[in-house]
Amino acid sequence: MGKRTIVPFGPQHPALPEPVHLDLELEDETVVRAIPSIGYVHRGLEKLAEKRDYNDMIYVMERVCGICSFGHGWGYAGAVEGLMGVRIPDRAECLRVMFHELSRVHSHLLWLGLLADGLGFDSLFMHCWRIREKVLDVFEAITGGRVIMSFCKVGGVRKDLTPEMLKMVKDTCDMIEDEMRKTALVFMKDSSVRNRLCGTGVLTKEDVIDLCAVGPVARGSGVNNDVRTTSEMYRSLGFEPILYDEGDCWSRCMVRVDEIMQSLDIIRNAIANLPEGDVSVPVKGNAPVGDFMFRVEQPRGEAFYYVQGNGTKNLSRARVRTPTNINIPAMTKMLQGCNLQDVSMLVITIDPCISCTER
Amino acid sequence: MTENTQTFETATPEEVPAIAERLKGEGYRMVQICGVTKTGCTEVLYSFDRDFSVRNFKVDVPFGTPVKSITPWYWAAFVYENEVHDLFDVEFTDSRLDYKGNFFRMSRKTPWKGKEAEETKEGA
Repeated sequence: MGKRTIVPFGPQHPALPEPVHLDLELEDETVVRAIPSIGYVHRGLEKLAEKRDYNDMIYVMERVCGICSFGHGWGYAGAVEGLMGVRIPDRAECLRVMFHELSRVHSHLLWLGLLADGLGFDSLFMHCWRIREKVLDVFEAITGGRVIMSFCKVGGVRKDLTPEMLKMVKDTCDMIEDEMRKTALVFMKDSSVRNRLCGTGVLTKEDVIDLCAVGPVARGSGVNNDVRTTSEMYRSLGFEPILYDEGDCWSRCMVRVDEIMQSLDIIRNAIANLPEGDVSVPVKGNAPVGDFMFRVEQPRGEAFYYVQGNGTKNLSRARVRTPTNINIPAMTKMLQGCNLQDVSMLVITIDPCISCTER
Repeated sequence: MTENTQTFETATPEEVPAIAERLKGEGYRMVQICGVTKTGCTEVLYSFDRDFSVRNFKVDVPFGTPVKSITPWYWAAFVYENEVHDLFDVEFTDSRLDYKGNFFRMSRKTPWKGKEAEETKEGA
């Protein structure tokens, strides 16, 4: 047995855009144990629900994260709508699906770029982020915002899309698909990528179930807990969960590559089958005494939203459990037995979003 | 996404370990744990999922009363138990990974509990 040493990793590290710390217990260059530590930038956003009108709180919720901002708005709105007993129009639901899948495309492209950067493949990183820009351009053209869009509101969405806007979205999807067909090949076949990813950081199906992992981390090990499976709207638009069985870094990468292509199909189907009608219903009055929970499949995995009403305009509690929260234990499992040089890449493969986690 | 299959049940702090053990055996996945401040107690909400149906358990924990950790069955629960400890001052005993109040680094100690929480509300 070699000498054991503790190597601190983060909170400031070139591989980490946000602060998370790991105490890596090493035996020679092999990680024996990793103890995570977060909480460097906790913002206490949930507590603001006690002071804000439940309709206004959505502006806070969509600021939980700059990447999956739309999904957080949807999750909160869905929970409040459930609490209030409101059913939103089908057209609003379909537009939410469209925007959420656009968010998934840009989030996965961002992640693929970060992975390429972690691998030292900088031209691939630039390609991925160049393609991603097209989605942000669409957001800007429709909502005026590239990051925080304020498109979702309690009761539906804020505005309808014109036929010209829908055509722009469809054309962008076609363009991204064309680009992705070439870029995906690099992730699928390039030997320098495969050598780093295949067989590294294996998480078995049993590990995923035991550690309650979600999102592409779970689906890369063959476990389907994608909450889109329960959505009638998603099913009608052709959604099928994407699963890989190997459980290594490459599987988690391929889940995301395939999900980009599937999201583009879902968006085009949503445009082709967009129901007619209103895009919102008014939601007024005090929130009743009671509870409701709602889940959204964010790009990183299942996000859980819980609201508790107390008969006033404020909520007693608005809770967000983000996917990174629950994937941290799985990450520590992945790190056990890996080489020190692979740590940064393994951390990247859970797509950690500390901004979400430190809501 | 719709959530038609959710239930809310109540339980006592003493029942928590048995519930966790039973649900683990039945193949439930732990979704989350969170706290809500009530008068004289913290309501701790445990959520578990199986086949996309969620069972939520509300547990009223009187201030100063410890609860047994569920990390022996759901190790991943350490994330939430440490969070609830730091934000709501609920103590979890027999935890497999206890950060002893150092999970979150905050300017206010337990911002969701008691007098400090009330002062924050009044100062809003």
